[in-house]
Amino acid sequence: MPDFGYKIAKDRQIDYDENKRLIFSEVAAWEPSIYRCISCGTCAATCSAGQYTDYSLRKLILLVKRGEEQEVITNVSKCLLCGKCQLACPMGVNTRNLILGIQNAVKKTTYAV
Amino acid sequence: MLFDWFVLPFTLGLAYLLVVVSVKFYCWIKALPYSEKQKLKKAIFTTKSLISFKEIVMESLLHRKIFKVNPLLGYMHMSLAFGWLLLILLGNLESRVFNHGEMGPPYVPIFFRFFNPNPTAFAFHHQFSFIMDLVLVFVLSGVALAYYKRLNSNTLGLKRITKHIPADMLALTALWFIFPLRLLAESFTSGSLGGGSFLTANLGNVLNSFLPSEILYYPFWWAYSVSLGLFFVALPYSRYMHIPTEMLLIFLKNAGIEEQNSHSGFTEVELNACSRCGICIDTCQLSKAAGINNVQSVYQLRDIRYDTQDLNRSLNCLMCGRCDTTCPVGIDIAGIRQIKRNESAPGLAENYTYIKPQPVQHADVIYFAGCMTHLTPSIKKAMVNIFKNSDINFWFMDEQGSLCCGRPQLLAGKNQEAKILMQKNKMAIEQSQAKALVTNCPICYKMFHEEYKLDIPVYHHSQYFAGLLDNNLLELNHLNTSAVYHDPCELGRGSKVYKEPRQVLNSIVALNQPNDDGEKALCCGGSLGNVSISSEQRTLVTKQACDTLLQNQPEILVTGCPLCKKTFQKVSDTPVLDLAELVNNSLISRKQKPKPLKKLEKIDQVLNSLVPNQTADLE
Repeated sequence: MPDFGYKIAKDRQIDYDENKRLIFSEVAAWEPSIYRCISCGTCAATCSAGQYTDYSLRKLILLVKRGEEQEVITNVSKCLLCGKCQLACPMGVNTRNLILGIQNAVKKTTYAV
Repeated sequence: MLFDWFVLPFTLGLAYLLVVVSVKFYCWIKALPYSEKQKLKKAIFTTKSLISFKEIVMESLLHRKIFKVNPLLGYMHMSLAFGWLLLILLGNLESRVFNHGEMGPPYVPIFFRFFNPNPTAFAFHHQFSFIMDLVLVFVLSGVALAYYKRLNSNTLGLKRITKHIPADMLALTALWFIFPLRLLAESFTSGSLGGGSFLTANLGNVLNSFLPSEILYYPFWWAYSVSLGLFFVALPYSRYMHIPTEMLLIFLKNAGIEEQNSHSGFTEVELNACSRCGICIDTCQLSKAAGINNVQSVYQLRDIRYDTQDLNRSLNCLMCGRCDTTCPVGIDIAGIRQIKRNESAPGLAENYTYIKPQPVQHADVIYFAGCMTHLTPSIKKAMVNIFKNSDINFWFMDEQGSLCCGRPQLLAGKNQEAKILMQKNKMAIEQSQAKALVTNCPICYKMFHEEYKLDIPVYHHSQYFAGLLDNNLLELNHLNTSAVYHDPCELGRGSKVYKEPRQVLNSIVALNQPNDDGEKALCCGGSLGNVSISSEQRTLVTKQACDTLLQNQPEILVTGCPLCKKTFQKVSDTPVLDLAELVNNSLISRKQKPKPLKKLEKIDQVLNSLVPNQTADLE
């Protein structure tokens, strides 16, 4: 069969019934300012780690909110913790503690399961 | 042998105390790391022990450092510690003279008046009674101040006092009763059997006029003994454990022993040496400005000691080091907090393989801007301009990409991650074969200076400018404005660089002196050390620091840290500049000058002349 360059796209459906939102509840208890995030992406624009790899805090927060555990686990430790995002954030999200909170929650939930 | 049943509570309490304290000391010294034990062995029979002894007298007895905080508070601590010691020593002397040199059981000097109510047979009894009464007044004045401190601590210079746990309250109550009970016991004895001096004899007469002294004196000796015994039994489990431990701590510190990366015997000694005096509470900006009252060092150390700590408490700290400088015991509080952070950090999960080696340039001087400088580009531009103006062959190491120095990871307790970043940076620095590294960020400076163990000297830009000025490689206009300088925590208390920024500033502006200056400088609130504080609470800290700095209405607020600048800019109406920007503004261009020196000669000249202690460190 000739390859026309088309493939069946991977299913992008997010199933909230299947996804575990445990990480989100852990993180929100640890750092409630996650609720303030408006996903503007200023953090990702200033991010040092983001200049080397496709790491983005905006995306990470969305993944946490959606409970896409696997992707959170692969991305959460790429952060350098330098704190630029915290100074850039227009909503005053406590980003460094948020990331540490996600790392703690990942550790807790993955070992607990 | 002199004996009465009432001496038992005291004697048993004392014996129990001695056993518990000896066992604890033995365990702590045993739990020291091997290298630290060796230091202790080497130091024990040297002049260091004499220095320690002097320090014990000055600090543990006379409380010199507390006098500096507040004279009345110092007097309170001194009268209790030094006064009590005098009571014991003079009591022993009195009892020895009376018994013709014989020591007798240890309780005899303590209860001397009971066993010898009216010792007429003995030569100096008037003088001794007088002195003992005088010392008792001295101690009682301290106890009275301690009572008063509970009602109105402001008079003794403390806005807030420590909230104590039950064990402390029990020991405190016992301590508060000891000396008044001794007074009453001696007075009743004197009232019914004679003896005593100006205090006990007169009070005894007054009490005897309306109370049956002959019945009362015996129960009061019992009460005195019980309160002593109770205090001794509670001591090892309360804050008063600091009394013996502080002395041990002074010996260990003078032997050169310090905090390691993990909890050791020395940490235990430091935790137990905290007297919970509460001086750190008022010093902490989180309590003064942001109304956070449960995270201060005193509570942190207490919770670690009793193993009831809460992770958030060790993370909620600006790591500004102000409490370290005011702690009268000299505990390495920041070191202990860091240990707790190391223990609780989520472990290594990332090796940063995505960061590929960066292109390296050969240069004489490396300029490392740091993450925070990339958010304040005017500082970056100013630095580059100054380098170019003094014709120095420099390499702007993190111009592209800006890899972090690793300090934020270290402060969050993620040591292994920090090490990986350090390796990557160190490799680039070594490959460039530079002779010095200059950074304008105190956070990076502390990291490069202390953790990287580089072969080349590391300078903060203030030190570098001072060197350039001394060598006439930098000429500056005086700007005829007034400015105030804010000491960044990582540069001032963190790295002890106070002189150079002021030296550079004095040649540009008229410097104002704020209230808290130098070692006492306030933190701007932006600190990377605090992870869990909310942005609103940060702003409260910043506002208070800013108000203090701008008290004398200077025209410019100058600092040496990009993060401080960024933080102050949010709340300050006065322009906030970094030292580099100010230097750049007042720069006299060298382009108009003829005959520049050869590059190599110049850079050697600068590096040789820079801060003597820096080069000494390297040797």
